[in-house]
Amino acid sequence: MSAAETTPQRIAGRGAAPQRSLWHVILVRPETMTLVLLVLAVILASQLSPFFLDISYILRSFTLSAEFAIVALVLTMVIIAGEIDLSPAANMALSTCLFAWAQASGVPMPIAIAIGLVAGLAMGALNAFMVIGLQLPSIIVTIGTLTLYRGLAQIIAGDKSIRMPEWFIGIDKVLVFGVPATVAIFVVVSLVLGLILAGTIFGRQIYQIGTNEVAARYAGIRTRRIKLILFLLMGLAAAIAGMLTASRLGSVRYDLGLGGELQMVLMAMLGGTYIFGGRGTILGTFLAAWLLVVVSTGMTVANLLPAIQLTVLGVLLIVAIIATNLIYSRAQR
Amino acid sequence: MKKADAVPFVSARGISKSFAGIEVLRDVDLDLAKGEIHALLGENGAGKSTFAKILAGIHLPTRGTLSLDGRTIEVSSPVAAQKLGITLIHQEPISFPDLSVAENLVLGRSEDGWFSRVPWAEMTIEAQRSMDLLGVHIDVARPMRGLSIADQQMVEIARALASDSRLIIMDEPTAPLTPREVETLFGIARRLRDEGRTIVFISHRLEEVRALCDRVTIFRDGDKVATDTIGNLSDVDIIRLMIGRPLKEYIHKHSAEIGEVALEVQGLTLPGVFHDISFSVRRGEIVGLGGLVGAGRTDVARAIFGVVPATGGVVKVDGKAVHIDEPEEAIALGIALVPEDRAAAGIFRTLPVEQNITAAVPDRIAPTGVIRRAIERSLAQDSVAKLRIRLASLNQPIGELSGGNQQKAILARWLLVDPSILILDEPTRGIDIGVKAEFYDMIGELASQGKAILLISSEMPELLALCDRVLVMAEGRLTAEIARSEASQERIMSAAVPRVEAAA
Repeated sequence: MSAAETTPQRIAGRGAAPQRSLWHVILVRPETMTLVLLVLAVILASQLSPFFLDISYILRSFTLSAEFAIVALVLTMVIIAGEIDLSPAANMALSTCLFAWAQASGVPMPIAIAIGLVAGLAMGALNAFMVIGLQLPSIIVTIGTLTLYRGLAQIIAGDKSIRMPEWFIGIDKVLVFGVPATVAIFVVVSLVLGLILAGTIFGRQIYQIGTNEVAARYAGIRTRRIKLILFLLMGLAAAIAGMLTASRLGSVRYDLGLGGELQMVLMAMLGGTYIFGGRGTILGTFLAAWLLVVVSTGMTVANLLPAIQLTVLGVLLIVAIIATNLIYSRAQR
Repeated sequence: MKKADAVPFVSARGISKSFAGIEVLRDVDLDLAKGEIHALLGENGAGKSTFAKILAGIHLPTRGTLSLDGRTIEVSSPVAAQKLGITLIHQEPISFPDLSVAENLVLGRSEDGWFSRVPWAEMTIEAQRSMDLLGVHIDVARPMRGLSIADQQMVEIARALASDSRLIIMDEPTAPLTPREVETLFGIARRLRDEGRTIVFISHRLEEVRALCDRVTIFRDGDKVATDTIGNLSDVDIIRLMIGRPLKEYIHKHSAEIGEVALEVQGLTLPGVFHDISFSVRRGEIVGLGGLVGAGRTDVARAIFGVVPATGGVVKVDGKAVHIDEPEEAIALGIALVPEDRAAAGIFRTLPVEQNITAAVPDRIAPTGVIRRAIERSLAQDSVAKLRIRLASLNQPIGELSGGNQQKAILARWLLVDPSILILDEPTRGIDIGVKAEFYDMIGELASQGKAILLISSEMPELLALCDRVLVMAEGRLTAEIARSEASQERIMSAAVPRVEAAA
């Protein structure tokens, strides 16, 4: 830190900041910490149980949270844009109840599916209307609609389970190139959304809105339209995820996906998405979804009690958040 | 104006400060006497604010010592500074807007326990007394919210006095103030000096420094380059010391051919903000829009650009009446706006410089919606070269650049749009003198390319040097239109100051 060392920078100009080293660039990527944790978890879990490294077992375990993981991918984009949506799990329940109810009352399956999807979109549209049109904070709006949607699902379905027809059941058992179909869908959606977010103007503008919405508007970016699209996508993804869940479970109840919103937020956060917007990647959420599965299956094969598992997940999330923020704030100084 | 005592009141020796290994302040020795107003001058990034923050305990020096009345002191935090009688008055005071003035005044002073009674009556009386002492008329029972920035500064000063501060540091206090408010502030500053207190005054405005200060210290690139009584230095000396070279006198080289009317507004009105604004800007013409802060100039610009549209009146672009409700519509019509508040409305702080530059031209970097990195990179590189933006890498977050370079990047963003009408709102605010001259050259060149330019500025010399015509606003109305040949500081100022009987 001698005067001699600082001289070259001073010649480069006071306005110029020093060039960053490569490791620095990699280290401050939001998903780096997730990848490190994932590798650690795999190593640790395979030490705990020799059965762990059975890939098909991990894939089967993943089907249990694949539906949430799919929605979490879209949620990642919503959070990067500076908003949040806590209603998707309730949306899954309501849209799927509507779908199951229509189907059970004799509506042909394609129309029943359409009803479910339109319901999901409509719920997304209602969120969007209150957030964008009425300028209300999305966290409050979607806490409200999460309660509302779940309540409506309960009115429609009551306490009963609605059975699905036999042929509709078991999409998680269908294998695509040896991978359960829901997991395959998750991988494909990850790829598509990852490319959109990283490589298109739509994706670029999501980051810009999340970083500074006012500046985005001044730059001619249609902030409201982009947020509308995101909330609609969210509704659509929730409806699809709900039907995938119905197919896996074989029946539909109002409590389908109960508490799922927290798992989705957990995946996004664990993947390095910044809760106040502007930062995050699809890759991060993708890795985080696997991390959660590896950790929970690892703990199961190691015969840890479910109660302890929850504690471990909580600690994991806090560690990841502290680590990402620490690295990031170091990088900012 | 006392002479420095044998033992200076505050004495700094070898003060140095590094951030992330980069030295921003190097071995600064400085003595402050009791009862003097001492100006710190320098370009942005020269180290004057860093030095002030070290005095106030916000930053810790990497090396060096401070002493007060001959005793070495450790200013480890703003609270420690306060206990030693050192206070920093922020430009835009940090306060609790929903608490009353009186509550803000006594904030953080309570020595009582958490659950002890709040002495409301005593507090109010004491607060009112300290406002009276300052000679300002502020009702201490009203909330801070809604107070002008000048009044908020007064509350901060009153707070400093209430804790009997002997060293008061004012960091660019006058930037957001009107001339009358500046006079009041100066009156108070002089009185505090005469009571034997020491004031450190940071400003960019030479005329203010000359009017107020006894001595001046000039910083450049982290070094203290000179300390002298203000009378010993001419403006030319000061500028030379600040930028390390003589500044060429800016000469109006603007010789653009003036063409058709590009932008015309008629009777533009937004109730309560501005009324009946009519003017036009021709191709190749630079029209200034002067007036005091808060006169409604920025609001007119934002209305034309569709950020907050006007409710009445007509905007015509190239002679055709247009309806603009969103900035994107304005951009499509060839209008660009470089906003006043760079941090709030201009930059995406954490995003790369490159993405900041190309933000307004999605169609150029991604004709199909998919971003073509090579095109984006070359557009950004051209801009950086053309505007001489100083940076380490195009991938660097724009927030790491200096203010002037950030502003150049924002201007670059709008030049990529190739607008025919360019609205510049305070484009040189908070920018170094050297870079300012570059901006003036650029603005002149843009006009000679046939762009119609509306230049909003609070800096009189800027308006006089650059503009073909100067419009002046006061309290939401246009009060004057002055041709270049007749424009003078006095004429602009007299139209800018609000009067009871409105000028015709």
